[in-house]
Amino acid sequence: MSDKQPIFEFHDVHVEVEGTEVVKGVSLSIMPGEIHAIMGRNGSGKSSLSNALMGHPLYKITKGTVRLNGQDLLEMEPDERSRAGLFLAFQYPLAIPGVTVANFMRAAIQSHRGKEADMSDFRKWFTTAMNELEIERSFASRYLNEGFSGGEKKRLEILQMSMLRPKLALLDETDSGLDIDALKTVSEGINRFHNDTNALLLVTHYQRLLNYVKPHKVHVMMAGQFVQSGGPELALKLEESGYEWLEKQVAEKLEV
Amino acid sequence: MADTARNQQNEQLQRLNEDYGAKYGFRDPVEYFHKGAKGVSHEVVEMISQMKNEPRWMADIRHEALDIFLAKPTPGWGNTPLLNEIDFANIYYFMKPIEKQEKSWDDVPEYIRKTFDRLGIPEAEKSFLGGVSAQYESEVVYHSMKQELTDQGIIFLDMDSGLREHPEIVRKYFGSVIPSMDNKFAALNTAVWSGGSFIYVPPGVDVKVPLQAYFRINAENMGQFERTLIIADKGSRVHYIEGCTAPVYSTDSLHSAVVELLALDDAYIRYTTIQNWARNIYNLVTKRASAHKNATVEWVDGNIGSRLTMKYPCIQLLGEGAKGEILSVAFAGIDQHQDAGAKVIHAAPNTSSRVTSKSISKDNGRATYRGLVKIHKNAQNAKVSVECDALLIGENARSDTYPTMEIDNDQVRVEHEARVSKVAEEQLFYLTSRGLSEDDARLLIVNGFMEPFTKELPLEYAVELNRLIELEMEGSIG
Repeated sequence: MSDKQPIFEFHDVHVEVEGTEVVKGVSLSIMPGEIHAIMGRNGSGKSSLSNALMGHPLYKITKGTVRLNGQDLLEMEPDERSRAGLFLAFQYPLAIPGVTVANFMRAAIQSHRGKEADMSDFRKWFTTAMNELEIERSFASRYLNEGFSGGEKKRLEILQMSMLRPKLALLDETDSGLDIDALKTVSEGINRFHNDTNALLLVTHYQRLLNYVKPHKVHVMMAGQFVQSGGPELALKLEESGYEWLEKQVAEKLEV
Repeated sequence: MADTARNQQNEQLQRLNEDYGAKYGFRDPVEYFHKGAKGVSHEVVEMISQMKNEPRWMADIRHEALDIFLAKPTPGWGNTPLLNEIDFANIYYFMKPIEKQEKSWDDVPEYIRKTFDRLGIPEAEKSFLGGVSAQYESEVVYHSMKQELTDQGIIFLDMDSGLREHPEIVRKYFGSVIPSMDNKFAALNTAVWSGGSFIYVPPGVDVKVPLQAYFRINAENMGQFERTLIIADKGSRVHYIEGCTAPVYSTDSLHSAVVELLALDDAYIRYTTIQNWARNIYNLVTKRASAHKNATVEWVDGNIGSRLTMKYPCIQLLGEGAKGEILSVAFAGIDQHQDAGAKVIHAAPNTSSRVTSKSISKDNGRATYRGLVKIHKNAQNAKVSVECDALLIGENARSDTYPTMEIDNDQVRVEHEARVSKVAEEQLFYLTSRGLSEDDARLLIVNGFMEPFTKELPLEYAVELNRLIELEMEGSIG
């Protein structure tokens, strides 16, 4: 990656939910191997942005461009975006009754490899991935996210990420609902996945996860816009002093 | 606009018929050994009975049943417009394809053998079944059972042979669970019945491998009226499976079976059906079981095909401690109406039952759950749980639930749950975000929805059922 092309970039993205604009022109460029974090309070628009980037039908990108490895994502359906290398770890993963984790995982991998592809290595690979995330083997035959605790759901999201091997993983509030042990396991999984050919975009309210997964850049989102960007020290400052000082700064800037 | 939608739907229906046609819908050009005239009368009934060389008492039962059929009006519930379309005068009531039944596939005429080959029956027989009965139009053309089952004293015959070889058992139990008076179609079946299965399992015998019957309608305007009677004597166990298909014709055929099960004290019967009739078959079937002391009966009933199905498997819990379970799934696609359900009658203390009904309606398909739970005065400590789950796909799909509860004892526990859901946008987004196409995602959700049913099937049938659903789901509109 010596030519230094961004792996993921979006420019002037606007997002509408049921006619209301919730993201008002944000831009970002992520290089291979980088970890970025978007921080913000609830309702700042960061989850809407993640959903819209993945192609959720209710979160419409009304303006802007989004590129993954140079490909125009906005022309693609969610399944095509996934196969192009985008992944969203859901804040609230959905339950699919009657569909076992193993069958779902197999179907997902098959969709990435193509219907005719050889799947003979699947079982072994799946078991290894489960072991790494300390997921009990019995989960393979449980129904997807049905009756799972918050921590179990999040581990399973990371399991999916590690098996689908995306170019860019969007992690939406992956730390919420995790106790400290689960947070460690999940962070280790994220760090094991991350290398210099992929990139991470962490979306989070708190700095907690960032102690374990160190971002190169931090962007703060307020009212649908990025109001400040910086290094990891920005996250630490938000942790110490909260969002108020920044809100005040933004308000003053607006007055000027 | 409505025209366009209608055209699209017709195209889809045509494609579905083509898919079904490619797999099951082939027709055989047949020279019948016997093909009676259309329509039903005492002459036709007498002819059937005489061709079968039946004892007089059976002929009398038939004639009496015909009078009941002629006197009873068509049911005024269910899908009356479709029921009223049935033209009883335009149906062949008896078609005998070949002169005698064979025990070896090699002796079955080639065109019929090929039919069952294409349906995979001889293969399944070799790999995991204990016995197979193959009915073509009115009669069973092939029948065979493994020697070790015969040695255990298990009787598995087609109903005609059952009557010939074991008249005393048939006379004792025939019509004892479902009398001719029960309903118009049970009366019709009793008058013109032909083929079906007769099973008797001696006390204490466990039939470890399933017994299977396969029903095939080949002719147009055919009426198939098989009659099945299964008796599991004290402490015995048996699993019976039936499947069915037919070619697609422009005019309708009628399938009207009667199935009677008797589970004597401590016996166990499971009866599994995968109904995949062509979409111009009226499938009007009466199925009922009696469970005696500590006996268990399970109906596992899958309805994928037919134009109209009206079928409500019933269990009468007659002995103390008897158990019943009815697990059903119905798939209603374009122009189909699956009016299915379950009935449980608690007529003894400490009896328990569980009903799980799952339906999927797609396009303009319609699924109806019609259920009856009746608890008699003497059935203290009865336990009942009823769960109905309907999944709708598309804006025009329809699902109705008509649960009836008649409870005459207050020392009982009854649970009833009914849910209607749509394939949720959020679930689809979750799955598509992992790379699955929208069609694959929807199919996965539907298969998951049916999983409680599918997992009860022998593996071979589970695979087949999933393939049938896949066929039905192709080209589905959200």
